Amino acid sequence: MAIISVENLSRAFARTKAVDTVSFSVDAESIFGFLGPNGAGKTTTINILCTLLAPTEGRASIDGQDCVHDAASVRERIGIVFQDNTLDKELSAYENLWFHAKLYRVPRDERKIRVEEALVFAGLIDRRNDPVKRFSGGMKRRLEVARAIVHQPKVLFLDEPTIGLDPQSRSSLWEFIGQLPKTRGVTIFMTTHYLDEAEICDRIAIIDHGRIIAEGTPDELKKLVGGDVIYLKTTNNTAAIQMLHDSLELHAEEREAEIFISTSRGDACIPKLIGALADSVVSVRLQRPTLNDVFLKLTGRAMREEPVSGSDTVREAVRSYRKRFERGK
Amino acid sequence: MITPFFSAVSVVVMRELIKFVRERGKLLSMIARPLLWLFLVGSGMTRMVSSDMGMPYIQFIFPGIVGMTVLFSSIFSSISIIWDKEFGFMKEMLVAPVPRSAIVVGKALSGTAVSTVQALIILLVHPFIGLDLSLGQAVGILLLSALLAFCLSSLGILIATFYESFESFSVIMNFIVMPMFFLSGAMYPVRLLPDAVAMLSKLNPLTYGVDALKHLSFRQPHTTVFDFTLMLDLSVLVICSFVFVIIGALAFERRK
Repeated sequence: MAIISVENLSRAFARTKAVDTVSFSVDAESIFGFLGPNGAGKTTTINILCTLLAPTEGRASIDGQDCVHDAASVRERIGIVFQDNTLDKELSAYENLWFHAKLYRVPRDERKIRVEEALVFAGLIDRRNDPVKRFSGGMKRRLEVARAIVHQPKVLFLDEPTIGLDPQSRSSLWEFIGQLPKTRGVTIFMTTHYLDEAEICDRIAIIDHGRIIAEGTPDELKKLVGGDVIYLKTTNNTAAIQMLHDSLELHAEEREAEIFISTSRGDACIPKLIGALADSVVSVRLQRPTLNDVFLKLTGRAMREEPVSGSDTVREAVRSYRKRFERGK
Repeated sequence: MITPFFSAVSVVVMRELIKFVRERGKLLSMIARPLLWLFLVGSGMTRMVSSDMGMPYIQFIFPGIVGMTVLFSSIFSSISIIWDKEFGFMKEMLVAPVPRSAIVVGKALSGTAVSTVQALIILLVHPFIGLDLSLGQAVGILLLSALLAFCLSSLGILIATFYESFESFSVIMNFIVMPMFFLSGAMYPVRLLPDAVAMLSKLNPLTYGVDALKHLSFRQPHTTVFDFTLMLDLSVLVICSFVFVIIGALAFERRK
């Protein structure tokens, strides 16, 4: 059953269309990934779904509530982790969550329990009374996710949740996020431009220049690129290539001392190869196409991390200035 | 509609008050400014200005200094909306299922509370400048400070809605707050100003606040120091408060 449905959604800013006739739907309790380079329209789409921005055309609804006309009921049903940190750094972890619970009208007698439970879930219960400014980037993110689920939303939006985090914090954050659909019955809508992170999604839509250019499960998308690649090392490569050609009718060629085979289903092919070549096999390596290959194939461009934008640098500079100023006092 | 509004107002107010109590250094620096003006400018000018107003100059500016305290703390307090926008917390409020006008009312009320506390601290120094205030006068001054603070905090929010980033801070300071102070009659009676400048003074809500504070601070009817009647002062402040808070709330409800 679709919990988010979006039909022909467009949003124009001045002359440019940030989002251009986009349609998709997201099943309840799944993880949906919105993948694309910076400026592709991901954040604009999230802002429309979160009722922060009105669409120019088309409609979007969450749990049957229209994002424009029933904005208030949409807001009650969603939790959001924005790209920029929105915690109050002067307040403690507990206070941030407590205020959130009060804003979302979690009943008074449940407030304390829910806040503490969320802090335990985020692994931050021991630091609950510390001001957020003393937290690391990864801890702040976990706290933001914990805050976003305190009011038990049906849909959780994550806009580039791991931006600026080190690899270790990134993987621990994903571990934390990945269990939400099952343990909490939450549907996750996330955006990212890190391709490897999109692997955790049940479905992915790839967006470029405001338009969805492909949609499907990660595996389906990868099939767009073509098959898997198997690299094989044997004791005698020339004999092995001949043998594969004769007995399995496979086209194989030698590349840098390895045998290179392109096939539609690499996982099913490997046992056959080993059966045919028996003892002469030294090593086998299966390489599956990545989402980067998908993006490359669809747009002709590689999707890579782009440099931090000018305004982000300014903001960062102000933050560090403030930090120094506050310490100096 | 009523419950979400008030719970959101209380969240905004509690958050501001917690931060106010924690940042004692900031309070000290906020209090230092009016005290410097009162004692340095006040005592220096007392020697220079002939006191045909029937009191030393340092006493004459006391109501103006209370007004200054309220002006700076109210505007600073509501300008924190710009910081919230810049540093993200505003988004957390904007996506919450609460009316946005609650943010405006909450900010205005917390600005009022914070400013009234500071006005109280300044009020406590009145014996040091030889001013004799009864308890009734002191309470009156505090209540009036609260009204003025609500009016100016709402004005600050209105100003803040037009600015997106902290860079505008010095613009607001130099082109709005300082002129408001100098045009308020805090340092000299509005009557003595040239006509064109006096016109601007009359458009400044702080002028009426300072004049009302003068009415409450000086017991004997010193007809020369008042510019308007107390009734006019209070009416202007009440009307401005309503107008500013309503326009501020409307500006905030408007979707981006």
